[in-house]
Amino acid sequence: MSYVIAQDLAVGYEGKAVAENISFEVGAGDLLCVIGQNGAGKSTLVKTLLGLIDPLRGTLAFDEGVSASSVGYLPQRGELQRDFPASVWEIALSGNLIHLGRRPFYGPAEKEATRKALERVGAWDLRNQPFSNLSGGQRQRVLIARALCAATRLLVLDEPTTGLDPLAAAELYDTINRLRAEDVGVISVSHDVDAALEHASHVLRVSDKPFFGTVQAWRQLVGGSAVND
Amino acid sequence: MTDVVGTLSSYLSYPFVRYALEVGVLIALCSSLLGTTLVMKRLSFIGDGLSHVAFGAYAVAAVAGLSENMLITIPATVAVAILLLKRGQDAKVRGDAVIAMLSVASLAGGYLLMNMFSTSSNVSGDVCSSLFGSTSILTLSLFEVLCCAAMSVVVVGAFVLLYNRIFSITFDESFARATGIHTSRYNTALAIMVSFVIVMGMSLVGALLLSALVVFPALSAMRVCRTFRGVTICSAIVSVACALAGMLLSMVLSTPVGATIVLLDAVAFGAFTLAGKVSRR
Repeated sequence: MSYVIAQDLAVGYEGKAVAENISFEVGAGDLLCVIGQNGAGKSTLVKTLLGLIDPLRGTLAFDEGVSASSVGYLPQRGELQRDFPASVWEIALSGNLIHLGRRPFYGPAEKEATRKALERVGAWDLRNQPFSNLSGGQRQRVLIARALCAATRLLVLDEPTTGLDPLAAAELYDTINRLRAEDVGVISVSHDVDAALEHASHVLRVSDKPFFGTVQAWRQLVGGSAVND
Repeated sequence: MTDVVGTLSSYLSYPFVRYALEVGVLIALCSSLLGTTLVMKRLSFIGDGLSHVAFGAYAVAAVAGLSENMLITIPATVAVAILLLKRGQDAKVRGDAVIAMLSVASLAGGYLLMNMFSTSSNVSGDVCSSLFGSTSILTLSLFEVLCCAAMSVVVVGAFVLLYNRIFSITFDESFARATGIHTSRYNTALAIMVSFVIVMGMSLVGALLLSALVVFPALSAMRVCRTFRGVTICSAIVSVACALAGMLLSMVLSTPVGATIVLLDAVAFGAFTLAGKVSRR
């Protein structure tokens, strides 16, 4: 079963396509690694996936229960303000906002979901810490917990390991793999192709010569060596 | 000491002084609630810009001979605030540049109008009091007091009800949008609340000093508190305490109200910065 299927998608702004002919599929437990050079349209694709901009052509179909408006999202590092005064708990809890409907305050259900999400990424012990005191890897895990509060099945991660030291990056992949074992589908945009491919199940290359397939197929195509594009 | 108490109690026996104190506390509370959001959204100067717009509108009201200038200043400021906050990321001119243009243009226009057409005999006094607040807090009409009270209720009520939404659009607006939140709706609500605070704040500390009321308590609280809720509560307390102390002090020492409050806010900021440094040792 697929959470999201894209067919012949063209993404861009104001009618001008940045990337075209994008087709892919993400299902339970998949880790789709999106690669491509700077400016190839990776971030534009992410914005389209999140429903922030409309696709120019093609179709983007979400499974029932997963919709464009309920994709969990981990923003690029540096987009957030480091000195923001908020605790880990407050930030993770804010992922539940979409479930509030017209209610003004979070109830027991949202608090329980937040506790579970923090436990799943191993950040429950950090809940009372100020967000600004955390290390880079801890921050990413807290933000993944927030994403899990918003959406339980499909996550979009934008450069999740950029700026992390190798150990923290490995820990983050451990967390991501644990979530995949629990049937979460993950789409990850990455610069660090080598490390990302090590864990990916599928590869999507956004470029003039688009590619979508399993990691094995990708490795055959590039002849086993790491090729950035 | 008895002298001070005597001065104060004689002041406080006048109902208009009590009005002023009540309104001052309400204004300080409202401005501090929005302060954290405005500082973190890098909109510290929106208060400054909008208050100059409000000054321009005030000048129009004064020249037109309207006794209740809030009837013009409120809608004008609300309109400009919505315009500013809704322009979004795709705008051609950056937000801070637009604020700068609007604020100086309204300031110049307002001053020109008041100089050319004012019916008042004391133009520079009028201008000075609308820029620095001076004594205007003590000359509030009952209508203005009721207006301020109503606006504070709206601002405080909306802030409490929208607290979780405001947190989300302040911390990470694109995440909120990605999960399907109508962020523009809440940005509009925020714009209206901000303009209410500004119109009210003008009567307390004046157009030029208004940013201090919005920015100082939030920044002070951020030196010591590390959670959003903590910062919000702490800045509300700091702001109300400084406003109350400032108003009482200005009566005893016969100093300008607005300037006294703002300087107290600055002193509080210094104290909190020190406290923050010590506690993190």
